[in-house]
Amino acid sequence: MKFAVIVFPGSNCDHDMANALRDVCHCTVDLVPATATTLAGYDAVVLPGGFSYGDYLRSGAIARLAPVMTAVKAMAAAGKPVLGVCNGFQILTEAGLLPGALRANRSSQFICQTSTLRISNPHTRFTTAYAGQATIQLPIAHGEGNYYCDEATLAELRQHHQIVFEYVDNPNGSVANIAGIMNRQGNVLGMMPHPERAVEALLGSIDGLGVFASLIAHEEESHA
Amino acid sequence: MLKTRTLTPEEVQATRIYREWGLTDAEYRQLCDQVLKRLPTHTEAGLFSGMWSEHCSYKNSKPVLKKFWTQGNQVIAGPGEGAGIIDIGDGQAVVFKAESHNHPSAIEPYEGAATGVGGIIRDIFSMGAQPIAILDSLRFGELTDPHTKYLVSQVVAGIGGYGNCIGIPTVGGDTGFDTCYQHNPLVNAMCVGILDQADMQKGQATGVGNRIIYVGAKTGRDGISGASFASAEFNDARESQRSAVQVGDPFMEKLLMDACLEVIHQHRDVLVGIQDMGAAGLVSASAEMASKAGSGLELNLDLVPQRETGMSAFELMLSESQERMLLCVKAGAEDEITAVFARYGLDAVAIGTVTTGHQYRLWHHHELVADVPVDALASDAPVYQRTGRQPERLAQQAGEQFRPMVSDAAATLKRLLQQPTIASKRSLYRTYDSQVQTNTVVQPGSDAAVVRIRHTDKALALTTDVNGRYLYLNPRVGGEMAVAEAARNIVASGAQPLGITDCLNFGNPEKPEQFYELDEAAQGISRACRKLNTPVVSGNVSLNNESNGQAIYPTPMIGMVGLIRHHADITTQDFKRAGDLVYVLGATQGDFNGSELQKLLTGEISGTLFDFSLTIEKQHQDLLLAAIQAGLVASAHDVSEGGLLTAIAESCFGRGLGVDLTTDLSAVALFAESQSRFVISVSPTKQVAFEALMGTAVTYWGQVTATDDLRVQATDQLVQVSVREAKQLWEEAIPCLLKSKD
Repeated sequence: MKFAVIVFPGSNCDHDMANALRDVCHCTVDLVPATATTLAGYDAVVLPGGFSYGDYLRSGAIARLAPVMTAVKAMAAAGKPVLGVCNGFQILTEAGLLPGALRANRSSQFICQTSTLRISNPHTRFTTAYAGQATIQLPIAHGEGNYYCDEATLAELRQHHQIVFEYVDNPNGSVANIAGIMNRQGNVLGMMPHPERAVEALLGSIDGLGVFASLIAHEEESHA
Repeated sequence: MLKTRTLTPEEVQATRIYREWGLTDAEYRQLCDQVLKRLPTHTEAGLFSGMWSEHCSYKNSKPVLKKFWTQGNQVIAGPGEGAGIIDIGDGQAVVFKAESHNHPSAIEPYEGAATGVGGIIRDIFSMGAQPIAILDSLRFGELTDPHTKYLVSQVVAGIGGYGNCIGIPTVGGDTGFDTCYQHNPLVNAMCVGILDQADMQKGQATGVGNRIIYVGAKTGRDGISGASFASAEFNDARESQRSAVQVGDPFMEKLLMDACLEVIHQHRDVLVGIQDMGAAGLVSASAEMASKAGSGLELNLDLVPQRETGMSAFELMLSESQERMLLCVKAGAEDEITAVFARYGLDAVAIGTVTTGHQYRLWHHHELVADVPVDALASDAPVYQRTGRQPERLAQQAGEQFRPMVSDAAATLKRLLQQPTIASKRSLYRTYDSQVQTNTVVQPGSDAAVVRIRHTDKALALTTDVNGRYLYLNPRVGGEMAVAEAARNIVASGAQPLGITDCLNFGNPEKPEQFYELDEAAQGISRACRKLNTPVVSGNVSLNNESNGQAIYPTPMIGMVGLIRHHADITTQDFKRAGDLVYVLGATQGDFNGSELQKLLTGEISGTLFDFSLTIEKQHQDLLLAAIQAGLVASAHDVSEGGLLTAIAESCFGRGLGVDLTTDLSAVALFAESQSRFVISVSPTKQVAFEALMGTAVTYWGQVTATDDLRVQATDQLVQVSVREAKQLWEEAIPCLLKSKD
C-alpha cells in the first residue's frame, strides 16, 4: 500500500508517521511537499501532526490554502482514505473535509500524556483491527484539541456513526468526549491522538497499530 | 523612521557611553592604547563591548574553566567548539551543550525561556547534528510568592511553546525552589543531538575569497547588547537599562534547522563552516569564524536583511535577533546554497568575504565603520585572575550535623512529598511534547530520560542535576556531589556515564567571596568528572546572578549523557511486581545539613556539609550498572532530596504498588541525605545472583506488595502511609500552589 505523508512547512510528525508506516507496517511511503499539485499513484494520504505554518493565525488555517490541499480534496472525493492526525485533524476541519473545529484546550495548556480511548465505531476502515477491544491507550500532544460542533452537527455525527474515538477521561473539553471523527462516507478520519507514536512496544504502547492495520487490510480486501 | 545617532570617537571617549555597554574604563584604555593605538569608533567600541563581555569571552572564568577535566578517550570535541561531541560507536556521536538564559527570563519569562531553548538548539545543529532532545534545569523562589508563580508558569510555557513547535521532545530536567532565586531565577536549557561523524561541522571561515552567507530571520533591534546585559547584575537603580529581550519564532527555526541540515548533508563539498548567531549576534559569529581559521573578514552591512529601517552598524552587529545563522561557503557556490534556503522561504544573502591578513572590516553606507584585528575581538579579550576569599558563613559554620526530631515519620513524609522541590513536576512537564520524533523510551519523571538511537540497539540516558544547597554549605564538595548525583541518575537508568555539560550559575566574580565559590565548585566538579570518567565537553558560564547585592546559591547545573548498550538494560525507578525484593545500596548516616528536612523544620539550611567519598560513589555506581547489565535489576532509583523514604515512595507511585520493609535504622534516618545510595528491586528468581554480585554493599529491606501500604518498620516506629494518598499529595502540591491566590 502506498502512502503520501504531506509535509507542510512546520509539520513535525511527518517523519514519525513515515517511519511507522514504512518500518513497522512495511508500506511504501513518500514525504510529499505541500507545494505538490497531484497525489496520483497513492492509495492513501496522511496529514501529520505539527505546527503547520507555525499555527499562526489559527491551527490549520493557512495549511488549508496550500496547493496540495486541492489534491487532498480530490483524494477524499474519490473515496481514497485520508487520515489527519493532530494538526492534520485541525487542517481537515479548516478545509471543510470534516465538520466542527478544534479549539484551545479547556486548561488553555498544551497537554502531552497517554489517554484512554473508547473505540466508538469499530466498523470503519480505520478501526476494524480493534474488533473486541473496548479501549486503547494512545498518546496525545496538543494545545488545541478541544473539539467543538453545534448540537445539530453532533446529532448528525451520532446518527451516521461518524464518531470513531472518544476519550474516557476527557482531557481537553471536547464536545461529547470526541477524540476522532470521520466523514459520512467513511474515508476521511481526523483524530487528535497520535497512532504513529504507539507502534512499538519499546516506546510503551502498540495500540496505534490498529489504525494502520485496518487501513491495510481494507486496501488488500478491495484489491482481492 | 527611528534612527540611532552614531557618536564620534571623541564623543564615545568623552561621554564614556561604553560603560553602559559593559566596557570598563580600563578595558576602553586597553582598546585605545594597545589594540588600536587610536580612539575606537562608536561601532568598534560596541563590537568590543559585546565580545569582551563575560558571556562571550569568559574573561573572569577562563582561569577557572582551565581546571576542568576535558580529556577522555571518548571525546571528539571538547570545550571551544559550539557544543561537545562524544563518540558512541558505529560512526555516530552524541553532541550536547547547555546554556543559561537567566537574565532574559527574569525580565520576560516566556520569551526569555523560549529563546534560551532556541539558542541551544542552534548550537547543536550547527555542529551538523540532528537535535533529538531538550532538557531544562530551572530554579525559582518559593512558590508561595505571586511573582514566582507568574515566572514559573511563563517560563514553562516558553519552553514548551518553542520545543513543541519545532518538534524536538523535551524529555527531562530538574526544577527546584529556594528563596535565593526569587529575583534571579535560573533557566538553563540543554540540547542533545545525534551526529554522523562524517557530517561534523566547524564554525570556521577559511579560504581567501570564500563567501560569508547570512541566513534566516531578518535583523531587528531586539536584544541589542544582550551579551553585556547577561553579564551584569541586577539592581533596582539599573532597572531602566534592562534592554529588550529577544523574541523567538520556533516555526522560523524549524525551517532554518531543516535547511541547514540539508546543506550540511547534501552540499558538504561547498560548505566551509557554519555557526549560529547567539550572544553578541553577527559580530560574535563572524569574528569567531575568522579568528578560529586565522583569516581576515570583510562584511558589507548594507546587505544584511533588516526588519527595521535606519539601523546603525552598532545595532546591526550587536542585535540578538533570533533564528539566524552564518555560513562560509566556497566562492562561486552562493547560488547553490541560497537556492536551498529559498525552498524553505528563508533569506540567504552573501554579505561578506574571507580576506587575507587578520583584520576584521565592516562597511556601512560606503564607509569603513570598523577596522580591527580579528583576534583582538574573538580570542584576545582580557583575562582577569580574580582572587577568592572564603565567605564568612563558611568559616563560622557549626561543625555538627543538624539533629532533627521526628515523632511521626509518616506525617513528615507527607509534608516532604509536598515540598515543591520534591513534589511531582508532572503538571509542568506534561505541557511539553516529550514524545515527538518517537524515540522517547523513558519519559519525564524517572531518574533520567531515555531516548533510543534509531536503527540500533542502543539508547542515551539524559539528565540534569545540581543541589545548590549543598554547594552553599561547601562549594567544592557540593560540586563533586552535583556530578555524582547526575551520574547516579544515569546509572540507575542502565547507562554508562559518558560526559557532562554545565551551566555555571554564580554571583559576581569581582567579589572575592563569589569567586571563591566558583573556583571551589569548579575544582570539585573536575575531581568528580575525573573519578567518574565523565569529561566536561561543553558548557556556559552565567555570573552576576545577584539581585540587590544578594547572590544565589552557587548552582553549577550538570547536564549528563550516558550510553545504554542494549535496550534490555533500560531501567526505571518504578517498582514492577509484587513479590520483588527491595534492597538499599549504600550506607545511611545522620546527614542532615543542607537536607530538605532541615529546610522543612528550620526554614533554612546551615552547618557543615556532611562527608562524601567519590571512591565509594564510584564503587556503588559500578556495582549497580554491573547488576543491571547482568539483567538482575527490576527497578533502580537514586536517593536524593528527602532521603530513603521519599525515594521508596516515588518507586511505589509509578505502578501503585506497596512495600513491606524492615530496617535497623531509626525513623529519622530515613530522611537523611547521605550520598551514594540507591533503592533497588529485584525479582526473587534473581536473588542469589544479585546478592552474590553486590555482597555487603546492599542491605535487604523486604518486599514489594500488591497493597496500598507503604510500610517501613524502623527501630523506633512503624512508618505506614497509603500509597494512593501520598501520591495524590505529591502530585497535587505544585498545581495547588500555582493556583492559590495567597
